[in-house]
Amino acid sequence: MFLLPVSFSINADYFFLQFTIPIDNGDSVKNAEADSQRTLYPYVTGTSIVAIKYKDGVLMASDMGGSYGSTLRYKNIERMKAIGKHSLLGASGEISDFQEILRYLDELVLNDNMWDDGNSLGPKEVHNYLTRVMYNRRNKFNPLWNTLVLGGVKNGESYLGMVSMIGVSFEDNHVATGFGNHLARPILRDEWHADLSFEDGVKLLEKCMRVLLYRDRSAINKLQIAKITEEGVTVSQPYSLKTFWEFKAFNNPTAGAEGSW
Amino acid sequence: MFRNQYDTDVTTWSPTGRLFQVEYAMEAVKQGSAAIGLRSRSHVVLACVNKAQSELSSHQKKIFKVDDHIGVAIAGLTADGRVLSRYMRSEAINHSFTYESPLPVGRLVVHLADKAQVCTQRSWKRPYGVGLLVGGLDESGAHLYYNCPSGNYFEYQAFAIGSRSQAAKTYLERRFESFGDSSREDLIKDAILAVRETLQGETLKSSLCTVSVLGVGEPFHFLDQETIQKVIDTFEKVPEDEAGEAGEAGEGEAEAAAAAAPAEQGGGGAGDQDVAPMEM
Repeated sequence: MFLLPVSFSINADYFFLQFTIPIDNGDSVKNAEADSQRTLYPYVTGTSIVAIKYKDGVLMASDMGGSYGSTLRYKNIERMKAIGKHSLLGASGEISDFQEILRYLDELVLNDNMWDDGNSLGPKEVHNYLTRVMYNRRNKFNPLWNTLVLGGVKNGESYLGMVSMIGVSFEDNHVATGFGNHLARPILRDEWHADLSFEDGVKLLEKCMRVLLYRDRSAINKLQIAKITEEGVTVSQPYSLKTFWEFKAFNNPTAGAEGSW
Repeated sequence: MFRNQYDTDVTTWSPTGRLFQVEYAMEAVKQGSAAIGLRSRSHVVLACVNKAQSELSSHQKKIFKVDDHIGVAIAGLTADGRVLSRYMRSEAINHSFTYESPLPVGRLVVHLADKAQVCTQRSWKRPYGVGLLVGGLDESGAHLYYNCPSGNYFEYQAFAIGSRSQAAKTYLERRFESFGDSSREDLIKDAILAVRETLQGETLKSSLCTVSVLGVGEPFHFLDQETIQKVIDTFEKVPEDEAGEAGEAGEGEAEAAAAAAPAEQGGGGAGDQDVAPMEM
């Protein structure tokens, strides 16, 4: 069996050779139909999510942008949602797949509530459920094109984990998706420590988001910070970060090489 | 219960609103050898009498581990019990796999009860002829449930099923109020004492009973013969005959009911036949 690479794209969220699965029965019409039944590329995407554990629970930050390729098309997308009583889900990648995942989780939480028996789904259970879903879709060559961040607090214990579109899943004290992995995590590795206060946690997240704003082409300056504690989830109102563009080198950017842009 | 024209299949109601086949299935439970369960806030103990077909054979397995935090003791058609235990293990492991978290026992018993109910409403099936004492842990602590062939389930502090279980139940009724705060050791001792009640005079030996424990921080496991014998030795003064006599006095447990025990053992045995069908 001989796999043909058809496109090669570099993008924050996925660095990935896309292949067709040749079913050569000579019938290109049927193949096209079969292909339209599975996800081949994402269309409207969200960029990084950054999240950290802090003293009272978990803090998560994301911007509100939905890009359509290189166009920053949608500017009011909430990419973080509360799940049940104990969890918070953030997603980057294809927005419509995120909405599909929210529908699955809605059903899961509904069935859990219908038991009405004093047991409830904690963040660990939700994270593992999502891992199973993502991995199973990947095995069918029809992935949900997202990287998910799942944070939560139950019975005093904080939980923070991540699942990728191919089903790779793990827990950590701080996680980030997409460009956040390259730009935010080094900052977090240096500056995160256990038992951060809420103010320090937000400052740390804002520092990461500012770097992403400067350097990630698909980031917009409209972000939300969500926090989850034993009491529940709160998602802040959208706000913007102060930026500074008066660096001297920005004044005449082509000084070193006239004619270049 | 006598044969009547409404008892041929499970999908026929009697004029008085009874399903006789289901009731007959519950009779099968009463024929099996005894199984006993009790719980405290943090532990559940399941015990049963080891009945062997003959001296030549080994005894049947009546207590099964379903998961680290759930165990089940059965009475009745052990084959049906084995099949249902396999179902329970399957449910528990599937939940564990998807959610990486133990299946709450309260949800397992509902699945089990729904499965039993199906068999009471299909003309091509018969009810399971086994009663299950399911003990397990969930977020709210330790629980003990009884699932019966009718598809009903009940939660108990302590319960006994099978033949001569009435004697054990009487013993448990006297003591159940203290079980909630019991220590693990006291709970085990009470379970073994309850097993002794069902033996009606036979000497209690560790080879005659199987005991299992599970609790907070303690996965389900069976107690070995030595441990059981040690507990028996604390209350059973060496040789035979007077089962009730030296028994309770041994532990300083100040049982005013000690004198009443031999009398109850005699009276308890006859109780089974007159138990109303839907009691279980």
